[in-house]
Amino acid sequence: MPIALGVIPFGLIYGVLALAAGLPPAVAQAMSAIVFAGSAQFIGVQLIGAGAAIPVLWLTTFVVNLRHLLYSASIAPHTQHLPPRWRWLLAYLLTDEAFVVAILHYNNQERPLAHKHWYFLGAGLTLWTTWQISTAVGIFLGAQVPASWSLDFTLALTFIGLVIPALRERPHLAAAITAGIVALLTFAWPYKLGLIAAALCGIAVGTALEARQ
Amino acid sequence: MTFWLTIIGMGLITYAIRVTLFLLLERVKLAPSVQRGLRYVPTAVLSAIIVPEVLQPGGTLNISLGNARLLAAIVAAIVAWRTRNVLWTIAAGMVVLWLLNWLG
Repeated sequence: MPIALGVIPFGLIYGVLALAAGLPPAVAQAMSAIVFAGSAQFIGVQLIGAGAAIPVLWLTTFVVNLRHLLYSASIAPHTQHLPPRWRWLLAYLLTDEAFVVAILHYNNQERPLAHKHWYFLGAGLTLWTTWQISTAVGIFLGAQVPASWSLDFTLALTFIGLVIPALRERPHLAAAITAGIVALLTFAWPYKLGLIAAALCGIAVGTALEARQ
Repeated sequence: MTFWLTIIGMGLITYAIRVTLFLLLERVKLAPSVQRGLRYVPTAVLSAIIVPEVLQPGGTLNISLGNARLLAAIVAAIVAWRTRNVLWTIAAGMVVLWLLNWLG
């Protein structure tokens, strides 16, 4: 499972950042276990460090993780023959990476459907375990690293690495510029509410431009 | 206490999103407009975080060569554009930031 190796650096960075943002180690580790969603955790840690209010954190988590609706919309039809306890469990393990691995397996017509949920479970548990261990190592490392190393900046760099390749499409570029400008203009808004406004403006501009093309 | 409330809430919200269609699916279809909008969530949210982080480190707007984070971010963006690789992007940005801080 090369994809599990791919999440290790992010687990490490998450652990380091969570401590840099002022989370106690137990909370940082618990977030990996309870939330188990990389991007929401990264953004959550950033917002906690910036002093955002709880409703803003929850609203942001909701917006950022809404994409999981898309994932479950395409995977859930394959799981309707399973007892509910299976569906409760598989839903918990449905991360970006687990989705990619599982949907490819489900779409492979040459294998029988009967055992595919075991594959999904195996992939999900492997990713879960990898995420917990790499978080723990990151927390351990984070406690040793002095603040002068500016490791908090790796978060912005991670986001740059994720967002820049998408900007080849013009509506995405427009969405990014809009969100960035609105974020600057609303920076002084309380509770980081400006982030929500900026995201919504960016989404609106991107969608509108795509519809016109 | 606040920390725990925060992360438990985040966990419940995340799980609610993930589990809903697994339990309720009777061929639920998301409206096409919603699906389109969802595709822009990562771009919009990440940009809204990156831009203030880079342009106003410490809270005041600083668009100048004296802003080490801005220069590091520009180099990182070029690397991201060329390589599409997040780890190279982080490495390039951090090296530039460290170098500028060391020189400055």
